[in-house]
Amino acid sequence: MNNYYLLTIIVAYLLVLFFIAYKAEKNSKSKWVNNPYVYTLSLAVYCSAWTYYGSVGIAANSGVNFLPIYLGPVIAAPLWIVLLRKIMRISKQHKISTIADFISLRYGNNRFLGALITVICLIGTVPYISLQLKAVSETFEIMSFGNGHIASGILDDSTFYIAVLLAIFATFFGTQSTDASEHHRGIIASVAFESVIKLIFFLIVGAYITFYLFDGTSDIYYQMSKTDNFKKLITFGNLEEGFDWFFVIILSFMMIFLLPRMFQVSVLENSRDKHLKKAIWLFPLYLLLFNLFVVYIAWGGKLSLGNTVNAEYFSLLLPLANGNTLLALLVFLGGFSAVISMVVISTLALSTMVSNNLIIPYGFLEKFIENHPEKNATYIKNIRRISIFTIIILAYIFYINFSIELSLYSIGLISFVIIAQLAPSFFLGLFWNRGSSKGVIIGIIVGIIVTGYTLILPFTIEALTGYTSFTTEGPFEIVLLKPYNLFGIDLLSPPSHAFFWSILANTLSYLTFSLTSKGNYRERNYAEMFVDSSNYNTLQDSALIWKGEAYVADIKNVLVKFLGERRTKRALNLFFKKYDLPADTQMADARLINFSEKLLTGSIGGASAKILIAGVVKEEEISLVEVLKILEESKETINRNKILREKSNELTEMTSQLKEVNDELIFKDKQKDEFLDTVAHELKTPITGIRAATELLMDEDGDMPGEIKEQFLKNILQDSDRLARLINNILEFEKLSTDRAYINLQTHNIQKTLKRAIGNMQHIAAKKEVELINKNQFHFELIYDEDKILQVLTNLIGNAIKFCEPKKGKIIVDYKMGNQAIEFYVKDNGKGIPEEDIEYIFDKFYQSKNQNTIKPIGSGLGLAISKQIIEKHKGKIWVEKGTKVGTIFGFKLPFY
Amino acid sequence: MRKKILIVDDEPNIVMTLEYAFKKQNYEVFIARDGSEALEIVINNIPDVVLLDIMMPNVDGYQTLKYIKNKPDLKNTKIVFLTAKNKSSDVEKGLKLGADKYLTKPFSVKKIVSEINNLLK
Repeated sequence: MNNYYLLTIIVAYLLVLFFIAYKAEKNSKSKWVNNPYVYTLSLAVYCSAWTYYGSVGIAANSGVNFLPIYLGPVIAAPLWIVLLRKIMRISKQHKISTIADFISLRYGNNRFLGALITVICLIGTVPYISLQLKAVSETFEIMSFGNGHIASGILDDSTFYIAVLLAIFATFFGTQSTDASEHHRGIIASVAFESVIKLIFFLIVGAYITFYLFDGTSDIYYQMSKTDNFKKLITFGNLEEGFDWFFVIILSFMMIFLLPRMFQVSVLENSRDKHLKKAIWLFPLYLLLFNLFVVYIAWGGKLSLGNTVNAEYFSLLLPLANGNTLLALLVFLGGFSAVISMVVISTLALSTMVSNNLIIPYGFLEKFIENHPEKNATYIKNIRRISIFTIIILAYIFYINFSIELSLYSIGLISFVIIAQLAPSFFLGLFWNRGSSKGVIIGIIVGIIVTGYTLILPFTIEALTGYTSFTTEGPFEIVLLKPYNLFGIDLLSPPSHAFFWSILANTLSYLTFSLTSKGNYRERNYAEMFVDSSNYNTLQDSALIWKGEAYVADIKNVLVKFLGERRTKRALNLFFKKYDLPADTQMADARLINFSEKLLTGSIGGASAKILIAGVVKEEEISLVEVLKILEESKETINRNKILREKSNELTEMTSQLKEVNDELIFKDKQKDEFLDTVAHELKTPITGIRAATELLMDEDGDMPGEIKEQFLKNILQDSDRLARLINNILEFEKLSTDRAYINLQTHNIQKTLKRAIGNMQHIAAKKEVELINKNQFHFELIYDEDKILQVLTNLIGNAIKFCEPKKGKIIVDYKMGNQAIEFYVKDNGKGIPEEDIEYIFDKFYQSKNQNTIKPIGSGLGLAISKQIIEKHKGKIWVEKGTKVGTIFGFKLPFY
Repeated sequence: MRKKILIVDDEPNIVMTLEYAFKKQNYEVFIARDGSEALEIVINNIPDVVLLDIMMPNVDGYQTLKYIKNKPDLKNTKIVFLTAKNKSSDVEKGLKLGADKYLTKPFSVKKIVSEINNLLK
């Protein structure tokens, strides 16, 4: 394929990315840009060219060893919910824009620490970027069929132009705003797109090799199993490899948090922390898919192309060898995508670090103080733009001078070990408040020196001179100091060995110097805020402790220089409003100091912000004890508030419970009133009758006819009986409902009880010429209170007689076995109960309108008492609904 | 002309005593067992006074009173509640609705007769 043709395709692809980034930047609020899938895909920036090409190389030469690099992130993913969420919360709160800011803020906004971390990240990342350029260059050459074009100078090298294009892309979308803590939607959207492209194209070529060039996975496996060395490729091998796996897993676990590009996408570009929930399973899935075909591509390549070509580019060489140029082009673009996303995000992260943590705090602060806001903004942006170009050019130079000789994998691991030096300060600092800046700085420097000696130095010497005596014999032939086998440890591969010693030395220094140094108050202040971040979330601006004298006007002057007059005014107004302060406040307090520092942090980094603000205020030294006391107090206030809130909730709960009880009591009281009213009415009625008749009889002066006299006397008797019955029933009902009633449970024969009941009622039925039939003659024993059940039966039969027409009436008493109970029925062929009455029929004093007699003999309590009795037996009483003729009363008594 | 009285009550024993007492006073006595029966009677026999119980099945005393009060034909008919409901709130309610008298059970027959006589003078 022609060079220029290929370049055109690259430029066209970059234009597509430009378009995507541009669209996303314009619609930055759209859900197409802000969703968990874009977030997850942006995390896939982890898979760089090293993954895309390098893994295949390792798989071909040393088998499954490519896997641990992905196992670390997979293990880390579930922990994101805890770890990453905490980091995000802190970062958002403090407007953090780089990992250097993050770590240095934790250790008291230490300027030197921020710069040191920046340098570490540069050392660790520039070779990594150069590795990406190497991949582009080499694949470019393969694609152009290596047609004899060997770069004779920079201007003649296509890699240089590609690097410049990448720098332009990163510059254009990475420096839109001076505030680096703002999200870069455009870049993230294009990275997500690239992540899709690289995965799909890699899967396509994987499937092509496995299923088209070969006959599926088992075919490759079978063919491969016949080659030499096969056993070594599919097994762990010795203890050395086991240790290697272990260390590389830990290393990659750290990297998913610490790599500047990972920190950029996972923390700084995260718009909602709930996106994490999807990412913790989607991201491992992405990695899994990516590694699906690695082994088969590697083996397929080995089988077809042998060991003569660079195994890292099997995915490209195999389609080319089979004449499939289009597929090779897709693979090339996939790899190119992996390169772009890695390079763009890394340079973006690094350039912000370089400007905010290195250049501005160390050189340009003075300049800023005198300048105008617009000029300052341009200055900051320019510093970042120049940084991006410088970094990429540095990477290019590194590539030209070193990388050509080295494999992707080895450079990648060296970068990892260097960046890993941030791990102790980062992870321990999140959970251990004693970690101090002194400990961190010493720890990192010691770690870097150890890494330099055990990894970078021998590596460089070998690469530059070709001599290996330094590593095989040790410096000055001291065996214990052999850089790859320090103190005689020869179980580990060089990167793992370097990782082990450097992290050990780093952590020990960090712990020792943290425990022995006292630390200053500001450091401790931030340490508490980081370690206990959830507690200080609510405190926000007041979490920073500060004592001193400062004028609002001075602070405002500083702010104006970076934010401009309008934004400063708006920010201050918001601040005053939030804390209910008058707009013309003169003296600044700790909250305003903290607020202003945060405002500036996004633009110029935490360290510079602190220096600028400190320049206009007169700060007093506070003792460490004082800081701790104040922090303790604010924590206590929060706790106290929490307790108060809980107490108040409890009270509300209790109040509502009381109200409920009260309502119930009022309801019961009303019921009782109604009951008493009804009782009074029922009692007064016969008394009225008796009183009136008696009066008439007494006043009678001989003109009252005999039969009337007799009638009145009869009425008096009847009313007296009614009164007596009523009183008995009321007392009985009261007893039953207040549980005082005594239920005498004994075993009785149902048949006998029924016969007694019918015997009692037979004469009344006979009087009305109503038939009363005992249907079931079966004997059955059950436990119940016979007198009470007799009362129920008598009542039901009495009701039935009452509702029956004379001479035609027919009443059937029956019982049968039900489910765990005996069911009794009293059926009549009377008028029946109207549907609307059925609901109330068991209420006390409710009397149906449909009664047959002029006035019922009942007290109105019969059914209510029956219900109480049956319920005392744990049974149930009811009226059958929907009967066409008459009424059916039923009740059931459970077997005890 | 004989005075007409309608006694509305669902208790036969009570009705019997009142019926005897008013007949003896030469009243023409009508009897209704509940409100609905009473309504039928008042339309045809415009009574001078209605002696009205309140707690009755179907149409109760209050409803009966409202009905009578709404009939222009019955504007001269006096209405007297005779009831066991003797709470002051009940009395108030009865009088407010337009009853001419509110008498409570149990009662003295003599007193009822003289109250009605006075009312109709």
